[in-house]
Amino acid sequence: MEATLERHLPAGPQPEPRHVLLAATSAVVAAGTMLVFGMLGMWFRFRDAAPLRESSRGKMIRDWLPADIPVPEVATNTLMITMVIVCIMPQWAVYAAKRRDAQHTGLALAITMFLGIAAINAQIAVYIQMGMGIVDGPYQTMFYTVTGTVLALLIGGVGFSVVAMFRAFAGRLADREVFVAHALYWYFLAAAYLALWFVVYVQK
Amino acid sequence: MIVSVLGDMSAVEAPPVMGAVSTSDTQRMNGVGAWITTTDHRRIGRMTIVASALWLIVVTSLGALLGIERVASSSTFLPADAIDQMFVLMQTLASFGVLLPILFGVAVATVPTQVGARTIAVPRVALLGFYAWLSGVIVMAVAILANGGPAGGNAQMVDLFMIGLGTTIVGLLAIAVALFTTVAASRRSGLSLVDASLLSWSSLVGSVAVLVSLPVLLGTVVYVAVDLHYDSLAFGGAKSVMSWIGWGFTQPQTFVYAIIAVGLLAQMAPSMAARSQPLRGAMLVGIGLVAATVVGTVTQTSQTFEWKGSLGDKLDSFVPYALYNLLPVLGTAVVILLALLAVKGGERRLFVPFVPVFLGVGMVFTGMAGNAIVHIDSAGVDGTVFAEGATIYVVYGAVLAAWGAVALYGPNWTSRSIPSPVVLGVSGLGVVATVLAGLPMYVAGFADQPAATVSDFVYSGPKELLNAVSAAGHVLMLVVTIAAVLGALKALSSGPQTGSEWGGDR
Repeated sequence: MEATLERHLPAGPQPEPRHVLLAATSAVVAAGTMLVFGMLGMWFRFRDAAPLRESSRGKMIRDWLPADIPVPEVATNTLMITMVIVCIMPQWAVYAAKRRDAQHTGLALAITMFLGIAAINAQIAVYIQMGMGIVDGPYQTMFYTVTGTVLALLIGGVGFSVVAMFRAFAGRLADREVFVAHALYWYFLAAAYLALWFVVYVQK
Repeated sequence: MIVSVLGDMSAVEAPPVMGAVSTSDTQRMNGVGAWITTTDHRRIGRMTIVASALWLIVVTSLGALLGIERVASSSTFLPADAIDQMFVLMQTLASFGVLLPILFGVAVATVPTQVGARTIAVPRVALLGFYAWLSGVIVMAVAILANGGPAGGNAQMVDLFMIGLGTTIVGLLAIAVALFTTVAASRRSGLSLVDASLLSWSSLVGSVAVLVSLPVLLGTVVYVAVDLHYDSLAFGGAKSVMSWIGWGFTQPQTFVYAIIAVGLLAQMAPSMAARSQPLRGAMLVGIGLVAATVVGTVTQTSQTFEWKGSLGDKLDSFVPYALYNLLPVLGTAVVILLALLAVKGGERRLFVPFVPVFLGVGMVFTGMAGNAIVHIDSAGVDGTVFAEGATIYVVYGAVLAAWGAVALYGPNWTSRSIPSPVVLGVSGLGVVATVLAGLPMYVAGFADQPAATVSDFVYSGPKELLNAVSAAGHVLMLVVTIAAVLGALKALSSGPQTGSEWGGDR
């Protein structure tokens, strides 16, 4: 009887796909993680192949970072701290969107965007303070390549924040997935910068 | 002509009013415009398949030219300074122009329907990926023709090649994102991943493997491209490019690209037997095992088995060797055996699309087994043409599997089918061509014929015969490819609308 009923009832509408944007962002984040960690792996490979030299403290170290190039610790540490703090903001946006609070959602996204711009500014400050040319040596070429790649990903994050912010100000808070995906991307950026900071600026 | 045929095919999807014939220029332009801006997954998939097939014509032509050049190793008819670039072009196009995109095209065209979705997830990303891939491959080819690419003499064209390669990788990654998202998030309610079709499962596994491995290649490409542009201080200049990025076009990375071909066999065997797949869980694991390849590729390390020292030394050498080189072979073997098990216990009938898929995956398996031999130290074939033979088996085998998929799923796209004799003829000749092109390279590898060179090699075996047979294999594959493209386009665009001959598998 049940089967007969099923046969005669019209088909219902197909359900909307679920979490498409989140799944796509997860895939992008996975690819981005492999990109950054692959580049850092190559960095390690070159650093390990560098000859040994005596450091100013009398220790034998790899002659990878040229001795006359200073790593600006204030700017790099500020950059790292900024990237850790910025993660709170996208999560705040998710929290506010869940409560249909457009004002706080937009504010959180705007702060995310500005902190992202501040991080870009800090990275440029690092470039200026290091004062080296890309053709000065293999270290310099690889330094600018790996930090430039992560910088490009960061610019993408700022763009994502702008799009999400416009959606929030337009009142499209029901589609919370955008804000969750946005937060996921910023977590990835923070992780990427943490790895970059440790490998390039701390371990040198 | 192809655009014209594709335009005709589009008419099938939205049938015109009976008797109306849309032949005006305006309608034609609308048809072309609709194709190039489409977000229909079937159209994106078909465009990718057709473009890949055209690149296959280039690859087989290059294989034939280089093979003929090898026959008389003391003299050359091709420009001597272009040989290295021709090898590079063949290698890059075989992997990124044919192998991966043709299987991605099949998956894009069929998987959304199989998981119960209306269309592919993020269709514009998939379309963008198609255009990025296509333009990237064209740029690569143009750059090499203008004396660029690895070992190229024109610095600007070398840079252009790297830009093209980067764009190609980004395009393929975009398609992988769309495929992954479709299977992961667009399945109909109640359809779990385990219950989804085996082609969907292999597409998920394959796209994840691509998403994990290709960004590592992209990162290296970015490094090398920047270094080449700025004085080549770190990576050694144009002649060293392939030593950094070559792993992306050879074994075992090509196995990652061929995962969907293995999934096609897993999908079709139970369809042919008209039964459910026995030991389905093992089949899922088998497909997953092929993806174990990424462990070796993302770390850019190869493990060789050395038969020397104590038993402990041999085991120390064997375990990583097996992990890197034997797991993909094991996975494919599991899928082939379970496919045969399904066929053995099911309905006995001639399911024509199964033939090229089964033979194609058999060829892929032969390539995987060849790669396992390359990494046995005592075999002594590392650095010889043996690895080239393995690449031929994997690429041409995957193409045969894709041909089977077009034969099976083509009627779903156009309500027309490719006649069985055409499918079987192309399959049979394709297998013969693959064996003719690949097997002599295996034999010549044992005779120490060096890889990627066409002259100045001497060994005691019948080198003229081996290289002539291999060249003949490439020529035959070229002919088969042209016949298959023309046959499929004709049958799927203007054949009778009879639907699928084989039915069942959507």
